[in-house]
Amino acid sequence: MAILEVKNLSKSFDDLEVLKDISFNVEKGEVVAVIGPSGSGKSTMLRCINQLEKLGGGNVTVCGHNLVTGYSNGKPIYASSAELREIRLKIGLVFQNFNLFPHFNVLRNITEAPRCVLKQPKEEAEKTAMELLRKMGLESKAKAYPCELSGGQQQRVSIARALALNPEVLFFDEPTSALDPELTGEILKVIKELAKDKMTMVIVTHEMAFAKEVADHVIFMDGGVIVEEGTPEEVFVNTKNERTKQFLRRYDSINKEN
Amino acid sequence: MHFDDILNCVGIIAKYLLPTLKVFFFTLLFSIPLGMVVALIKKCPFKPVAWIINLYILIMRGTPLMLQIITIYYAIPMLQKAGHLMSVDIRSDSYQFTALIVAFALNYAAYFAEIFRGGIEAIPKGQHEASAALGFTKLQTFFRIILPQVVKRIVPAGANEVITLVKDTSLASVIAYIEIFRKSRELMVTYSNLIPLFIAGVFYFAMNAILTVVFSAIEKKLDYYK
Ligand SMILES: Nc1ncnc2c1ncn2[C@@H]1O[C@H](COP(=O)(O)OP(=O)(O)O)[C@@H](O)[C@H]1O
Ligand SMILES: [Mg+2]
Repeated sequence: MAILEVKNLSKSFDDLEVLKDISFNVEKGEVVAVIGPSGSGKSTMLRCINQLEKLGGGNVTVCGHNLVTGYSNGKPIYASSAELREIRLKIGLVFQNFNLFPHFNVLRNITEAPRCVLKQPKEEAEKTAMELLRKMGLESKAKAYPCELSGGQQQRVSIARALALNPEVLFFDEPTSALDPELTGEILKVIKELAKDKMTMVIVTHEMAFAKEVADHVIFMDGGVIVEEGTPEEVFVNTKNERTKQFLRRYDSINKEN
Repeated sequence: MHFDDILNCVGIIAKYLLPTLKVFFFTLLFSIPLGMVVALIKKCPFKPVAWIINLYILIMRGTPLMLQIITIYYAIPMLQKAGHLMSVDIRSDSYQFTALIVAFALNYAAYFAEIFRGGIEAIPKGQHEASAALGFTKLQTFFRIILPQVVKRIVPAGANEVITLVKDTSLASVIAYIEIFRKSRELMVTYSNLIPLFIAGVFYFAMNAILTVVFSAIEKKLDYYK
């Protein structure tokens, strides 16, 4: 069974149709990279799946649980709030600009949700958090506040924070876009390690070389539709699609300039 | 005025510090939570509710507090008379104090509501989204994530209001509530001298000096993060 099934997902903001009939599946242990020009609806798609936006049409199924049970007059009828919560906890989300809680130290940023939401005892939550921090190479920063960390360190904390809830699938929305170029490497390394551990992940990224290397499956979005998808080989090397070619050429020329 | 008279005045005025402080503390006690509630109700998506709240804030901030105190003090007995209800004794201390606190709390709640609203709106959307993505309920998000950050942001503006309130307590004298301002004016007449008024001034100044120190200590304490 697929961990995530997106079926005919659509979404409009007023008159602007941002997502049109998006469908794809994510299998357990799979790493999916989502690429595409800015404004193509990548963030909106992640936000719909994560319940940060209402769906306009279609459905999202996470580990067999449907987000929407049906539609009435074009408006989605959502599953019970208990079920929505259960779905939410199966998904972790890492934001472009980290969104750490500035008033909590690193340890508390990671333990707050396990303690409040999963009702874990303090010792257990802290033990898990310290293990995650060790994995992220940030053991020594447990007592630091987010404002005392570099962008790369903050993003690693936010990955640890998402992992602390033990999600079935982890979403990243351009996890390195807010970082200085010299800091992107440390985040990409962490994601690669997670991929090695068979973490299921969906990664929106502009790092083409990284996507090619780490992804099992690549989705190219443009204008709210999936223009092309396939293995990295199929999309990056052997694509027959004109729009994909054009998009990739633009990235190549940018990379050559740098 | 002789030195003995001045000492005598200080002693008398100091005795009325308690009624001043009572207005101060009871106003804060009711206006801060009320202001928070008003700020939250204002976000209500049902428009007429937001309009009523806006009108309330407009009136409270747009008319003098002294006028509001007098209105509330006399309006309730008048309404009761008009409705042939049991009348209250307008001269009783408890009625007078209650009317005062109602007026002060309603007025200050409007100011605090605007401060809270500004503070809540200044919290980046990402904080709400990260909390939602981590499975926090709306209530948990508000009390654990949003409110602590709001408090830090509104301490300077809140301190301004609190310091203004110390001085505004003198308006209570308009309905013959006897506190340091009213007492010092009586003494001013008795002695035909301004010194009693200056003594009251020193009391207000001292209270606000203490508050200023307290608030900068609070700001410092909240300075552990940016
Ligand atoms: N809350 C919103 N209200 C109105 N328009 C939005 C909103 N969020 C995104 N959009 C629009 O939707 C389109 C897709 O945005 P987005 O999903 O952020 O694209 P991407 O992440 O691929 O850059 C853009 O045209 C954007 O302006
Ligand atoms: Mg985006």
